[in-house]
Amino acid sequence: MVGIVLVSHTPKIAEGTWELIRQMTGEKIILEIAAGTRDRRLGTDPVLIEEKIRKADTGDGVVVIVDLGSSIMSTEIAIESLEEPERSRAAIADAPFVEGAIAAAMEASFGKSMQDVKNAAENTRGMKKIA
Amino acid sequence: MSTDAAGLVKILEAVADKINENREFLTELDSAIGDADHGINMSKGFSAVLEKLHSQEFGDCGAILKTVGMTLVSTVGGASGPLYGTAFMRAGQAVAGKSSLNFDDFIAIMDQALEGIKYRGKAQRGEKTIIDSLEPAVEILKNEKDSTDRKSVMNKALNAAKEGVEYTRSIIAKKGRASYLGERSIGHQDPGATSCYLMLQAAIQKIKEMSG
Repeated sequence: MVGIVLVSHTPKIAEGTWELIRQMTGEKIILEIAAGTRDRRLGTDPVLIEEKIRKADTGDGVVVIVDLGSSIMSTEIAIESLEEPERSRAAIADAPFVEGAIAAAMEASFGKSMQDVKNAAENTRGMKKIA
Repeated sequence: MSTDAAGLVKILEAVADKINENREFLTELDSAIGDADHGINMSKGFSAVLEKLHSQEFGDCGAILKTVGMTLVSTVGGASGPLYGTAFMRAGQAVAGKSSLNFDDFIAIMDQALEGIKYRGKAQRGEKTIIDSLEPAVEILKNEKDSTDRKSVMNKALNAAKEGVEYTRSIIAKKGRASYLGERSIGHQDPGATSCYLMLQAAIQKIKEMSG
């Protein structure tokens, strides 16, 4: 199963999103959180993100959902630090955090491929909230 | 004008001291148009850098810069961590294996630092970022690399960086948290451009001191 890593500036963002996801998928997906710095400041930590990507990777790849700013650059550094083949099967989804995370988690729970999971997250970008 | 690994550590200590001295100032600038953490984050990062530099003996200048970069990446927390971290790691690659550095190496270090920041941040000049102070300085260093009056070249480069900082007051932020302010970011100088200028100022001052 494709793993999901949620990267946010504070654990509250990622943990709240994980609560929403769990309502729909239960515990049956692989999801890791890399949020905040080790000394509990707001921010992101590339080393922590790299650890979580490794943990979420069971061989089918990992899609990372990021909030903003440093979370993107920190995740890029984390992915660059991985060795092959792990590096090629980790990717950032260019997607809104909550919607992207939920779409990715659903797709992953269906046993879809990493590309499908990434696409599902990115397809939420244009979703209209008001009809 | 050349330095060995111990001299490079001295230059980096001066840079770290400068950041620590300006911790409140940088955070103040960042609270006007960002997330009010630039000084705190940079100071955290450079305090960790000092610890790392003092915990081991170095002979390879490239390894020193790489260590600085990796330490910043893993301790800063904000966007300046990946940006300055990548800058120092790239700079380290430029002088990998060298036990002493000359003026050409200094220029290569600055050039690769700029390339690293551009690669990581995908920004260009005029977007109210580190690049607005760093790139003008690097341009002067590269254009005047054959000049025999190196002190004057460094002074000119530093002056260009300072003008770059001033220029950031007049433009709209296109990157980072400040970009959410749109036009309201005009009138404020960019914290990243400022920290870059301060670091360059400390490094150049130390280099001049060391070369007598």
